[in-house]
Amino acid sequence: MNQHLYEALKQVQGFIYPNEIEVHWGILVVLYPYLTGLVAGAFILASLVKVFNVREVYSVYRLSLLTALAFLLVAPLPLLLHLGHPERSFEIFLTPNLTSAMAMFGFVYAWYLMVVLLLEVWFTYRRDLIVWARDKTSPLRWVHRALALFSDDISPEALSFDQKAVKAITIIGVPSAFLLHGYVGFIFGSIKANPWWSSVLIPIVFLFSAMVSGIALVLLLYMVIMPRKGQKIEMACLDKIASYLFYAVIIDFSLECLDFIHRLYESEESIKILSELVMNKLFISLGVMQILLGMLVPLAIMVSIKLFRFEEELRRLLYFLSALLIQLGIFATRWNVVVGGQMFSKSFRGLTVYKMELTGLEGLLMTLALLILPFIVLAVLIRLLPPWDKVAPEAIAD
Amino acid sequence: MQRRLFVRRLLSVMAISFGSLAVKLRAAAERAGIAEKRFGMGIQVDKCIGCGRCVEACKEENAVPLDPFYFRTWVERYIIRADGEVAVTNIDERITAARDAALEREVMRSFFVPKLCNQCDHPPCVQVCPVGATFSTPEGVVLVDDQRCIGCRYCIQACPYGARYLHPVKKTADKCTFCYHRTSKGMLPACVEVCPTQARIFGDLATTASPLTRFRRMNKLSVLKPHLNTEPKVLYSNLDGEVR
Repeated sequence: MNQHLYEALKQVQGFIYPNEIEVHWGILVVLYPYLTGLVAGAFILASLVKVFNVREVYSVYRLSLLTALAFLLVAPLPLLLHLGHPERSFEIFLTPNLTSAMAMFGFVYAWYLMVVLLLEVWFTYRRDLIVWARDKTSPLRWVHRALALFSDDISPEALSFDQKAVKAITIIGVPSAFLLHGYVGFIFGSIKANPWWSSVLIPIVFLFSAMVSGIALVLLLYMVIMPRKGQKIEMACLDKIASYLFYAVIIDFSLECLDFIHRLYESEESIKILSELVMNKLFISLGVMQILLGMLVPLAIMVSIKLFRFEEELRRLLYFLSALLIQLGIFATRWNVVVGGQMFSKSFRGLTVYKMELTGLEGLLMTLALLILPFIVLAVLIRLLPPWDKVAPEAIAD
Repeated sequence: MQRRLFVRRLLSVMAISFGSLAVKLRAAAERAGIAEKRFGMGIQVDKCIGCGRCVEACKEENAVPLDPFYFRTWVERYIIRADGEVAVTNIDERITAARDAALEREVMRSFFVPKLCNQCDHPPCVQVCPVGATFSTPEGVVLVDDQRCIGCRYCIQACPYGARYLHPVKKTADKCTFCYHRTSKGMLPACVEVCPTQARIFGDLATTASPLTRFRRMNKLSVLKPHLNTEPKVLYSNLDGEVR
């Protein structure tokens, strides 16, 4: 059963501590920050509508909320599957160790799911749910009644209360989204034993890369879903989202450059092994996928769109392509942090290898399934709570 | 008659309360006695001959899986060549190629370093455990409660010394316990007991007269990775600067 470790043992370069051959946090732990990043990013995009009143992106407000919810529901699954004893996971809620960054997971997650996302979705949709439930021909009317929690008041006072509630939740929600992903970054950034992780910048880099990936995802979903629904893609909306994406990518890229330069300039004890790590183990995933394809190419595309006003058709194509590349790049970013951080020995004298399995709980197939699952959840959510159909504009406008 | 009864009852009440007080005081004293002990280990690098008996004894005593990826203690061999290059191997790895290659060139100095959990006074593993399954005993020994560990492996990531592994059968974190089942009864850890050169010295850091105290008095000591502020209780004498 340890055959893969014996294989890995042959491929170790230099010296590693003997217990370090097993890579403990594999592809599933890569998936977790990737998924929560999408949640935080999608939610922050939704919040821009409410907090800063950006009218152009109204049409993706509800889609962003549902996307955040769908991905948040799936986010803990990879963590759960990776535990040695998933049946004891509830202990994190019952007997949390208050000095542990990870113990806060349950509380941060519950806060974000229960207090922020579910409440915001409920108040946003309450009026529509009641209207849909009154439609005698709708097969979902009982579901909608139940989802509205059997409330039946759509008087102007009640609706204005909904509006106020949404506004209040959004105002709590933005720092909560920052907390959710900044916190995920802190789990890694606070490990002083690991120089690849231990950095105050990590939570902030995580946050901005989350915004990048979440915004890019909503952009992709919008561009895929609208034509399928037979509706028109609003270019004003697309341009606005893309320009948010552009600024987020610039901030994210600057932060990562800062981190890189800082490490290189300080040139601490670990610098030799970290350069070997980057040049040897992470060359493709960091150099090519994360930086070149995931950042520089999309940046170049978006700059050229800003400089030369291409026609709509070409713009759509380029936006789609950059958003796709950005997804690849951010996934590579998570990979480089999580797996990269375990590829070198804490003795700083050697490198190890990570062999991903195809099947099994922590294998590639499971990862693909967990990547597809949120889209299935999203499809169900869109069916239950259509983001566009029958929505009176005043329901989303202030 | 009534007076006699009163005196008898008074005496019995007093006897019971004094008795229970004595039991409580004794328990408190015992607790205090345990808390006064602080287990530590001294390692005389110059005395280690790299025989690996400590590693074998540890695996036997603590039922550590025999595969070469699970160690509560291990011995590293350092070969520092004339050109300054350092070759390190785990002597239990049974992969001698690197070591032999290193020996082909001129060797400046060479030595063995036994490694184990440093039983930190400020343990990062205890800090990060989400459920409190890893904890410090009153003697300062860091243990894992395998009935409570959820197998998240955060402690393995947090340990700067690579002293922890995930037990392949129990699926919980595992590590050196300073042979707590032995040392809490006044015995020595298995690795100390079998060491033929007494390179390892186990004892109570809080006592004034013990082999460990003598070791601490007679040697210049250092700990591994002191800049991480983990405050190890495994103390090395004559530790080379190349050792990490």
